[in-house]
Amino acid sequence: MSRIQTVFTTLKQQGKTALIPYITAGDPHPKHTVNLMHTLVKHGADMIELGVPFSDPMADGPVIQRASERALVHKVGLTAVLDMVKTFRETNQTTPIILMGYANPIEAIGAAVFADRAKAADVDGVITVDYPPEECGNFVQQLRSRDIDPVFLLSPTTEPKRVELIVNQASGFVYYVSLKGVTGAANLDIVEVSERVASIRKQTNLPVGVGFGIRDAATAKATAKIADAVVVGSRMVQTIEASTEDNLLSNVATLMDELKAAVNAAGE
Amino acid sequence: MQLYDMPDARGHFGQFGGTFVAETLVEALEELRVMYEKYRHDPVFLAEYAYDLKHFVGRPSPIYHAKRLSEKVGGAQIYLKREDLNHTGAHKINNTIGQALLAKRMGKPRVIAETGAGQHGVATATIAARLGLECVVYMGSEDVKRQAPNVFRMKLLGATVVPVESGSKTLKDALNEAMRDWVTNVHNTFYIIGTVAGPHPYPMMVRDFQAVIGIEAKEQMIEMVGRQPDAVVACVGGGSNAMGIFYPYIDVPNVRLIGVEAAGLGMETGKHAAPLTANSPVGVLHGNRTYLMQDADGNIIETHSVSAGLDYPGVGPEHAWLKDIKRAEYVAITDDEAMAAFHNLCRTEGIIPALESSHALAYAEKLAKTMSKDQIILVNLSGRGDKDINTVAKLANITL
Repeated sequence: MSRIQTVFTTLKQQGKTALIPYITAGDPHPKHTVNLMHTLVKHGADMIELGVPFSDPMADGPVIQRASERALVHKVGLTAVLDMVKTFRETNQTTPIILMGYANPIEAIGAAVFADRAKAADVDGVITVDYPPEECGNFVQQLRSRDIDPVFLLSPTTEPKRVELIVNQASGFVYYVSLKGVTGAANLDIVEVSERVASIRKQTNLPVGVGFGIRDAATAKATAKIADAVVVGSRMVQTIEASTEDNLLSNVATLMDELKAAVNAAGE
Repeated sequence: MQLYDMPDARGHFGQFGGTFVAETLVEALEELRVMYEKYRHDPVFLAEYAYDLKHFVGRPSPIYHAKRLSEKVGGAQIYLKREDLNHTGAHKINNTIGQALLAKRMGKPRVIAETGAGQHGVATATIAARLGLECVVYMGSEDVKRQAPNVFRMKLLGATVVPVESGSKTLKDALNEAMRDWVTNVHNTFYIIGTVAGPHPYPMMVRDFQAVIGIEAKEQMIEMVGRQPDAVVACVGGGSNAMGIFYPYIDVPNVRLIGVEAAGLGMETGKHAAPLTANSPVGVLHGNRTYLMQDADGNIIETHSVSAGLDYPGVGPEHAWLKDIKRAEYVAITDDEAMAAFHNLCRTEGIIPALESSHALAYAEKLAKTMSKDQIILVNLSGRGDKDINTVAKLANITL
């Protein structure tokens, strides 16, 4: 069983929902990333979504784009990100790491080489925002043959027929984007999300994560009631952006504690 | 019979093109693809498009024999396809009218656009005003500075211009921002892309709307000189004016098709915007696979050109394909060479060309010298240079 599956199975037995924070690798400085990852785990992260900085993050809003820009100042590319995962794994062999990024950094080294290196770094899942199933060729196969889960996004506009196509390619979990728009956009309509998640569950047994628009304890709790995983991205990055070197880890810990309590409260 | 038949049903030109977008955009692109398929051969739609091209744009644009320039250069005869005479001053309006008419039919009251030099933004604002559509134009803040007259024109036409501060603050970042707007507002918004890039169906659709340039040129050359030119030369940023004039010529044998990229400060300096000439690696950006200027990590690198309209790190996927199958050739012209050609056309022919088009002119001059007097080069004079006078003055240390 993969690490991602193990986490979902264990949480399900406990009646709990996974909390998945997102941070961009190298933000605010590469020297902090591994420490941040350990802090996230210590304060309740069941998995970590680690963003690979990209010069043109088209599907992200201004908050996560700025995180990419801060990381790129220090030339944090895909190779550097994989090195960070390796370092993290020296002291943590249990928390799943899901890389999230764009196709071009992967294309630059080739899908097979990327899959080899991701495996060597002990990455568990990969989300490639602009690789829809029709275009990603044998990428899914490259990942799966190395026991890395290809995680795909589903959106409010994804038709049931496409949901079918996508869940057949995906493993680990599927990630429902709860808003039309980019990361960090407007408000969450929890009723609509709930209906969509229910409809996705009719088409797949994979766990369903929900992200985009979850920014506080209230939205995290509401989402945790309907999803198998709650992903918090822009809010996490905003907290990092607003911190100084001295309070970075403590600010992130405070936010995580708040979110974790909310997510756990949903199951009670 | 048309032998060349690209792209395939999903927008691929060989390994290039395609639909590399986030899931949030897939449905919107599918809706656009279906609607474009429905209307691209619809006689009523095409008649409406043709009416606007004739009565609003002033088409057909003439072909002009630049005799004094040809004599001065020595060698082949240089002819100009005068897209600079179109309403709004460039070829961009051919495409914005087509897409805006499609937006109307799709019931979208709001159009958005990205712009580099500002020509596409002006052309979008123009047709939006004419059709009563709300218009928002995204423009890199660097370009807002160097193309101030066009920013003001867009505002006069009722458009909102949003300066983009992210990344390199140029065309590619404006495109990112427009895509983000579209993802968020897709229910009421049509995204009018200005070049033959972006996800399918944009590269095909923009090419089809711009193909009027080459279709007219083929007839006009027969009327004027009884034959087709030996070479067709056009500048390439994203590549819409070049695709527009090349496309109808792809199946015509013995017509060389030459795309001219921006060599900026020189190919050897790395400060250019010429991915094809530089043999840049293949990658994925803005929804399609193409040749891309990028670093070893796959991040897009900053480009340089004196002309904002050519300042783009990628190139339309069909140009990548035409390069690979060797149907078109791609070369590059430096800022300095383009400036010299700019002044040359002003002085010898009384035409102020856009800095973008000046790249095509500069290469045509080089090429003409290697050809005989009875040979013909057709240059796509894609736009007029009024918008560039501030840039030109600044380079000459003149305060206007």
